[in-house]
Amino acid sequence: MSATSEPTQIGKLEQGLHQLTRALFSIDLRNMLLPLLGIIAFLALWSAAASRIDTSLGQFPGPSKVYQQAGTLWEEHQQERDKATAFYERQEQRNAKKLAKNPEANIKIRKYTGKETYFDQIATSLKTVMFGFLIASLIAIPLGLACGLSDSIYKAVNPLIQVFKPVSPLAWLPLITMVVSAVYVSDDPMFEKSFLNSAFTVTLCCLWPTLINTAVGVANVDKDLLNVSRVIKLPTFKHIQKIVLPASVPMVFTGLRLSLATGWMVLIAAEMLSQNPGLGKFVWDEFQNGSSNSLARIMVAVVTIGVIGFVLDRLILVLQKSLSWDKNAVLR
Amino acid sequence: MTTTPDKFLEISKVGIDFPTANGPYTALKDVNFFIREGEFASIIGHSGCGKSTVLNIIAGLYQATSGGVILDGREVKDPGPDRAVVFQSHALMPWLSVFDNVGLAVEQVFRDSKTKAERREWIEHNLRLVKMEHAMRKMPHEISGGMKQRVGIARCLAMQPKVMLMDEPFGALDALTRANLQDSVMEIQKELNTTIILITHDVDEAVLMSDKIVMMSNGPAAKVGELLEVDLPRPRERVALSKDDQFNHYRQQVLSFLYEKKGVVDFDSAKRKAKESSEPSIAAEKVS
Repeated sequence: MSATSEPTQIGKLEQGLHQLTRALFSIDLRNMLLPLLGIIAFLALWSAAASRIDTSLGQFPGPSKVYQQAGTLWEEHQQERDKATAFYERQEQRNAKKLAKNPEANIKIRKYTGKETYFDQIATSLKTVMFGFLIASLIAIPLGLACGLSDSIYKAVNPLIQVFKPVSPLAWLPLITMVVSAVYVSDDPMFEKSFLNSAFTVTLCCLWPTLINTAVGVANVDKDLLNVSRVIKLPTFKHIQKIVLPASVPMVFTGLRLSLATGWMVLIAAEMLSQNPGLGKFVWDEFQNGSSNSLARIMVAVVTIGVIGFVLDRLILVLQKSLSWDKNAVLR
Repeated sequence: MTTTPDKFLEISKVGIDFPTANGPYTALKDVNFFIREGEFASIIGHSGCGKSTVLNIIAGLYQATSGGVILDGREVKDPGPDRAVVFQSHALMPWLSVFDNVGLAVEQVFRDSKTKAERREWIEHNLRLVKMEHAMRKMPHEISGGMKQRVGIARCLAMQPKVMLMDEPFGALDALTRANLQDSVMEIQKELNTTIILITHDVDEAVLMSDKIVMMSNGPAAKVGELLEVDLPRPRERVALSKDDQFNHYRQQVLSFLYEKKGVVDFDSAKRKAKESSEPSIAAEKVS
């Protein structure tokens, strides 16, 4: 009996293995191999094109030079961090000595003021975009909700949306700068003025996609669902909470993703233009610096900006997946 | 004003105009009929004749331009759970489970009159009535179209309406599922003695299920063309009835109204009417 069953079992095992490898291979092919191929082709094209372009700052950097500069930037960051720790250690020792001599002594604690590294700039830009985006969302979602629910509010607000939406937020930048300096006066400011300038510029461009998409989402909730709400006489607040908001979640998120994407693009430009700290300033400084490594360092920034933009978008998608009921929606 | 048992629900001289770009479009004019308590009534007519509009006026979702609806001695002014609706599209919230969909209505309608445990039991009871207790925790997208409609019916029953309004509830279902659901609704109606108004364009469905059939003429300015009392013993069994002379006689009467007296005989005028009404009806939908 075992003699007859063994070959079939092995056959089944073989078949199973075969299916498994085929499944694995097809997953690889779809999910890994093709994107990898795309990237390799791009790198090859880039490398070939770069070697043919000579600029006044030397040859256009190819992938390897950019990779090398990315390493340099990381090393510079580490060195700067070491300097900072050394500075704080010295300061602590100095103060300790002073206190040992005279316990009443007036000790000073100063902040290390070394130059901001590439990674500091990334952190600054990320903080700025998230702050600006958050403020925009806090304004745009409730306002969009109001516009979607009430035709009168929509009619009142719509002309303003239509006029301000196409304005590049960079045009607002000088006005924002002046208003922030005039209005935000404090001895112990919680935020740097430059931070607020950049953040509000981001806010101004993040408002519109979220506002419009929320309004459209709310206005287009399935009529039958609204009728159910009327038949069971849900009070306004519950009506919004139980019917309108869940129904419009997908559209709200479409708006949020568009907002964050444009916000991130605009922030880099705003930082370049106004010399506010961040990745944009890094790019501009490198350009002005004009060393033979500048173009490669700028290219590092370009790739970083792209990767961060991509990651931000994915984060919103993850949030959408956890909040939205529509788990089957194709999220791209 | 006292309610005679004959006129539990009275639709009296109801007319409705929808504003359009070319002036008001009269969808209904002088619609009159009444329904007894516990009666099963069907409204039948060609598509676009305004039968759903009648239902929406009874539900309070539309306001009649003239005339009015009186339910159990009170005039209908706005929507309410005493006139619960079963929608053709089932209208379940896709983000709520089957249990929570019925729960949404129950929590609202009985928030003061039932305790939490009672409400829970009531939700489960109504899901049992439509044989959906096994899928309480499922999401709407995980169940079939017929099951969704069962949940829609459970939600409606759970509001304990004085009259249950069904807007072509079986229209989107395949024939077997439809027959199954029709039997279920008849069983439930017999058990609870619910007053039901069913909108349909299916002659067999109307005759099989109803005590009274309201036949509507074609729009614009549609009104009740004929009323037919269906006096067949219940429970009704579709296979047996298909050979029943009385059943076929009723069926023939509805068919003759739909296809001989109104519509098809006068092809040219039907076409003209369709042309006239096609534009306003789109506008009317927008208004709604």
